[in-house]
Amino acid sequence: MKQLLTGNEAIARGAWEAGVSVVSGYPGTPSTEILENLSKFYKDDVFCEWAPNEKVGFEVAIGASSAGARAMTTMKHVGLNVAADPLMTFAYIGAIGGFVAVVADDPGMNSSQNEQDTREFAKFAKIPVIEPSDSAEALAFTKEAFEISENFGTPVILRSTTTLSHSRGCVEPGERVALNRTIRFEKDPPRHVPIPAWARPMHQRLLKRLAELQDAASSSPLNRIEWRDRRVGIITHGVTYHHVREVFPEASVLKLGWCYPWPDKLLREFAEGVDRVIIVEELEGLIEEHVKALGISCVGKTLEDEVLVPRLYEINVDVLLEVRRKLTETGLYPFEPIRLMTAEKENPNKKNIPALPPRPPVLCPGCPHRGIFYALGRFDVVVTGDIGCYTLGVAPPLNRIDTTTCMGAGVTMAHGMEKAGNDRRVVGIVGDSTFFHSGITGLLDIGYNKGKAITIVLDNRITAMTGHQDNPGTGKTIIGEETFAASVAEIGRAVGIKNIVEVNPFKLNETLAVLKKAIKSDEAWLIVSIAPCPLAYRQVASAPLTVSQDKCKKCKACLKLGCPGIEREGDEIRINQLLCNGCGLCSEVCAFGALGCVAK
Amino acid sequence: MNADSDKIKSGVETQSIVLVGVGGQGILLASEIIARTIMTSGYDVKMNEIHGMAQRGGSVVAQIRLGSEVASPLVPRGTAKVLVSLERIEAMRFVDFLAPDGLAVVSDQAIIPVTASVGSIPYPEVNEETLRSVFPNLIYVHALAQTEKIGNAKAVNTILLGALSTQFPFPVENWKNSIKTTVKPKFVDVNLKAFEIGRNLK
Repeated sequence: MKQLLTGNEAIARGAWEAGVSVVSGYPGTPSTEILENLSKFYKDDVFCEWAPNEKVGFEVAIGASSAGARAMTTMKHVGLNVAADPLMTFAYIGAIGGFVAVVADDPGMNSSQNEQDTREFAKFAKIPVIEPSDSAEALAFTKEAFEISENFGTPVILRSTTTLSHSRGCVEPGERVALNRTIRFEKDPPRHVPIPAWARPMHQRLLKRLAELQDAASSSPLNRIEWRDRRVGIITHGVTYHHVREVFPEASVLKLGWCYPWPDKLLREFAEGVDRVIIVEELEGLIEEHVKALGISCVGKTLEDEVLVPRLYEINVDVLLEVRRKLTETGLYPFEPIRLMTAEKENPNKKNIPALPPRPPVLCPGCPHRGIFYALGRFDVVVTGDIGCYTLGVAPPLNRIDTTTCMGAGVTMAHGMEKAGNDRRVVGIVGDSTFFHSGITGLLDIGYNKGKAITIVLDNRITAMTGHQDNPGTGKTIIGEETFAASVAEIGRAVGIKNIVEVNPFKLNETLAVLKKAIKSDEAWLIVSIAPCPLAYRQVASAPLTVSQDKCKKCKACLKLGCPGIEREGDEIRINQLLCNGCGLCSEVCAFGALGCVAK
Repeated sequence: MNADSDKIKSGVETQSIVLVGVGGQGILLASEIIARTIMTSGYDVKMNEIHGMAQRGGSVVAQIRLGSEVASPLVPRGTAKVLVSLERIEAMRFVDFLAPDGLAVVSDQAIIPVTASVGSIPYPEVNEETLRSVFPNLIYVHALAQTEKIGNAKAVNTILLGALSTQFPFPVENWKNSIKTTVKPKFVDVNLKAFEIGRNLK
């Protein structure tokens, strides 16, 4: 029966149908729902887990594959940076059971700190990268990725992008294959242990495999030529294919669903069959570089030294309409304009729209992070931040994050800045899941190398930003089973931090006192701010608060919390009764007792 | 699922619908109901939803496309047949999606962003007249007043769905079935009532 599935749901379904038996990953938008769906619908057939980080998840899947099972790991693009170490060497060692790493890129940076192109990583590691263009292909290509992996003994990257992962389309699901295999690791050290003497022949085998994969890619159904008018041929990939079809309906198209290792035979056949080759690829110009290296003349990222297909952000129909216009102007696209180009699109009444206040994502009403950021605002310190909801603490009015680089850097950059002799105290901020992901080693560095930085772990008992996943600190596995709950404070003790305090961030004075003591001291501190995410645990702290207009002096102190529940219209401060979580932080910052629970 | 739904109607040019609002307003649920109705009515459909940071009180956009064969899941500028806004000013923020002759369905519900309370741009005075000056083809929904009739403030999204439903030739039964299969069982009745209210709005 036909179903309406997102790309992520379809990848999960495809993996299940392919007979996957172990999946380990770390949450990251836009990849998170793949593993969530597997654990929700297929937990009886598939062992699923949230790993502490992507490197761990990747290696867990390698272990399963090495014993002959089909295994998968899921992550967002920047997660592959963390897992790059096992990726590069596992490419040498090779898979036994089918191994697929699903990596979801985020062109346009909807929810990410960069827009790196994972195809570069496939080329770097010398392994195939598969790119579905819609939900139906997401299911089919995931199954095919396992076949390619097992047939050639190679790890395979299945690359998604935000638009594929989060778009729904019609899908015809199938059944799960019965693999009926014995899971047994066969001892064979030259096959599995890349000590230099064995790694050298491994690299030889890798290059040979690459050549074989290149032939296979040319004849694979994942790549196909659609002949239309032969005057123009467009080479494209992934979701971009669908935008191309809409904007260039006249052109012949080579649709790459398996772009690396390069299907040279197919690329040449296509180029010979058309008068002119245009390459439309999202992010980096990898196909273009290679096609040019083959000696095929083409245009892609630039035309007459100006940008043609942007290297920045996501490609969509509007971007390509501009590309078509430029191609038409220079005579490279000899067709009459399509209706999308000629139709009136501008609303003539736009001038009547008043100035609109922006609506960026913000910390939720009742968010425990707000208390810490507000308290930190009272001190002259540098705050090195990290990746999570709390990155939103950078925005006004809190303004209390000064740096963000990657997972774990909140802890380590604080240490580095302190060792450089920064003129003010440095406080590193990291969330609970991020602490388990890659904050522990940074804290160990502080403990080991006599650091003095202050580390604050914002422990809201969940991986919040990605939509509330369990982590090693929550005491629950991905399928909700009770398990050991790791303690941030105990880890801190174990890595040599002497001053460890737990605070409740809703108790402002207590929090301020602890911060004051830590900032005044000349030692390393670990402050664990513990309060659960109200969204994840569906907790309402108390009834919504109200403002006593008699007592309110319009000083606007409460607005400095940046709480969406506190609204100002003109001079009047109100509390939105639908949004307020009753956390009471505003009543702590009000010097006049104007905010509180009032009996109605 | 009826047997017809496996046969895709031919010759239908791609059309687009865009839903906008604020995280937590039920946009994704509403767009899923629309997409399911399109599928069961015998069209190809693609739908794009924005996740992640947008959930934290930020603007949310869902894009839906239907036809005989839908290519891109993203709506090109100035082409949407209908723009549905669950919040009073958000339709204006996303005006560029709507075709100049398209229909705007806008709820009067106002959600004031933090930036308006602490920043320099206040939440603007916007009423039906302001909206009509931007969107001549407008259905303005006094959503909260309407939901009082059925006693559930959360059903605003389904009222707007009802208003939108008149713009497309999908059988009303398909709409109702999609509501039944998408919302939680205990909210089915209230949502069906909300849908009827919306369908009768002018």
